Amino acid sequence: MSDHHAEHADAWSEPDVHETAQPGTATPTGGPAVTPADAADAARLVSFGLQPKLLPARDAEYADLLRRYREEPAFARIADAVATGLGLIVLEVSPRAGMAVTAAEDSVFAVRMGDYARRASTDSGDRFLHGLAHLAVAAMAFPRPDDLADDGYIGRITVNGVDAFVRQACRRLEERAEEQGENTDPATDAPGLEAAWRIYARRSSTGATKDARRLAGSTTGIIGKAVAFLTDSGFLQRTGDEGGGSYRTTARYQLQVRDLAGSAAMAELLDLGVVPVTDGSATLLPPPEGDDLELAADAGLPFHA
Amino acid sequence: MTSPASTEFVPPQLSAGPRPAQGPAADEGLARRLRALACTAPLHDLDARKANLAGEYSTYAMAEVALAAIDLVTLNMDFDTGADHEQIVARLLPRIAAQAPQRPAAEHERVARWVLENLINVGSVDRGFRAVYGTFGTDGVYVRRDYDFKLIEEVPGYGGAVYLRTTDEAVNVLVGALDTDVTSAQIAAEVKLEVLISRGRLADAQLAAEQARYRTVQYAETLRRTLEATRRNVRAVDWLGAVPDMIDEALDHVADRYRHENAILTNIRKARDEAEDQEHKRRAAELVDIVKDCIRRHTQLQSRLLEAGPLFRAEQDRQAFARPTARSGLDLYGQLVAPVLPLPVEEAIKVTDAYFAHGTGLRAPGAVRMGDLVELLLTPPVEREHLGAEMPEPDLIATPDDSRFSEAQLATAMDLLDLEHDAPRRLSGLLAEARRLDPELPYLVALLAVHAASPPVGTAYRQGEERLLFAVDDGTELDDPEFGGADLIVGTALLDAVGMAADRKDTA
Repeated sequence: MSDHHAEHADAWSEPDVHETAQPGTATPTGGPAVTPADAADAARLVSFGLQPKLLPARDAEYADLLRRYREEPAFARIADAVATGLGLIVLEVSPRAGMAVTAAEDSVFAVRMGDYARRASTDSGDRFLHGLAHLAVAAMAFPRPDDLADDGYIGRITVNGVDAFVRQACRRLEERAEEQGENTDPATDAPGLEAAWRIYARRSSTGATKDARRLAGSTTGIIGKAVAFLTDSGFLQRTGDEGGGSYRTTARYQLQVRDLAGSAAMAELLDLGVVPVTDGSATLLPPPEGDDLELAADAGLPFHA
Repeated sequence: MTSPASTEFVPPQLSAGPRPAQGPAADEGLARRLRALACTAPLHDLDARKANLAGEYSTYAMAEVALAAIDLVTLNMDFDTGADHEQIVARLLPRIAAQAPQRPAAEHERVARWVLENLINVGSVDRGFRAVYGTFGTDGVYVRRDYDFKLIEEVPGYGGAVYLRTTDEAVNVLVGALDTDVTSAQIAAEVKLEVLISRGRLADAQLAAEQARYRTVQYAETLRRTLEATRRNVRAVDWLGAVPDMIDEALDHVADRYRHENAILTNIRKARDEAEDQEHKRRAAELVDIVKDCIRRHTQLQSRLLEAGPLFRAEQDRQAFARPTARSGLDLYGQLVAPVLPLPVEEAIKVTDAYFAHGTGLRAPGAVRMGDLVELLLTPPVEREHLGAEMPEPDLIATPDDSRFSEAQLATAMDLLDLEHDAPRRLSGLLAEARRLDPELPYLVALLAVHAASPPVGTAYRQGEERLLFAVDDGTELDDPEFGGADLIVGTALLDAVGMAADRKDTA
């Protein structure tokens, strides 16, 4: 998927490469010239993409521009060029996801942790928890690799469900450490060496506040903030109040996680030399051998065999 | 060191034997005890810090209140949620009031809330406690470590409410049995209970029964967590061996305990009924309640266990038998979350930061024009109309008081009819006396007497009334200038409210 989009991005910057492959379409040297009106339309399409909650099905102009993008390669290149120039990455352009763009790393549209949560810039524990909350929401929304790959899949999560799921994972690590007789209490003068799961396990999951709102520093508060933010990004839709708030995923979220966020985090993890090297495309249905959490991949199957 | 240190050369292949110095194994027990000791610190701390409170609070035994609070939360913890904050405060009040009966009730409540908040440790962001202790590592280096724990934690409940739960640490501190196996400890406690009952030592039996109940709660908590994980992700749980085994074990346990506790119940009931001593009777009655509560918890546990199987099959259908997709995706949990959690936080943060930077999407930054900003800042805030439309003033008309008898007359009549239970009176006498007080009163007295002719005994009994007015016709004719009919005998009957309450409890 990402290769396909990378192609678009390359296409506008190096038009001469494609000149022979696509004669007569939209190269600056030949074919119909690009008018300022086309550029305006392309920019308009990108501006629709910047409103992630807007659905193409609800806006005729948006749907028209999307069709034009898919039918006119020249127009598509201009739209891609506008997006790239603004510091955006095009994930997919389709009727279901609309003009799915996201911020490149240094773009003005990028979300910065310091703006996202004030405490996070000073407290590394909070910073970790906020990042983990986003990762855990995605993991819970797409529990299996198949779910992430399947375009038709809609994930459903609740805030309390995500919290319980991470807590469970932390508890297993705690049990394992206990079994092995490890002392996981961190050294007082080296808090950075404390195991990550302990940060989460230590934080209480909820707390009473004077105004009956969620306690911002609790884990459900942190996850609640993450899902509210993702809802604003057009990645989740709120469906109800049960379990601390229930949500379902959108096509855009799937694209974002699959094509961008997941691989970026994986790359970072590989840099740390933690997981066996995978290129992110291999089938990963059974968890890697010697997986830390003893995920029994096919443990359930004999029940039906 | 009591054993003499060996000065002889020890060949390296024998060094697997006794270690010469304080290794981590030797220190482990010490560390465990230090941690157990740390769990009690917040309780002692309460008594130390009560001097800092504004006002005179030295009469209150804060540690006692705290321990009682932990007791209450543990006993009120339900399978699904936890104990209600307000309820715990309310139940703590009698004990606090008993410590300082002459103090105002508001102060008692303040003490209850202070203790509870301190047990939750509301002031800290973790809402937990930290103790520092030192151990020797494998390399013989002394390391100071942080031990983080909680005593009472707040958990989300139904409808966004916050409930309280005691942590394992708190239960362990409370029960005083550190590092014990849940199952065996429970069996031990119940065997002890049976022996105690058979020897008639009820005071000890109650203590043992309460301990058994703590254990039951702890056991249910462990199971609840495992079942929750099963619901979440079929593959995250070992359904081939561990979970079915666990469920079987738990069902056996429930069946076993159920039988056991019913036997105990029968025994104590007998003890209660046969006991001569009032104190023994009361103790036995309390014991019946505790064992009943244990049985209720077991039944609840069992119904959860039975739901697990069908739930697993439904999830299995959804997750494993769908058409496979052509593409393969990233295993977010197995490849990202699971490997990140065991990392040291300074490394894990790099991964979560990368995910955050790429996974949050975009935000269009707000662009501000100077002109807009000035206007925005100078605009007076809009009045919020969240109160809705104004309510019209209701036009009230005072209804005339058309009752025949005044409140004072009713009070007088009731006084007149407030008879000793062993001295019933004739209606004629009552009427004559009423007539002397007020010419209107005889009508009211006659009315009340006629009502008492068929008193609602059952209702009064159920409501726990202690006295009931009744009237009986013994055939004598009433000789009165204003009224005719039977000259009723009016009297007061005493009801056995205490016995009734006990019966009610039994049948419930």
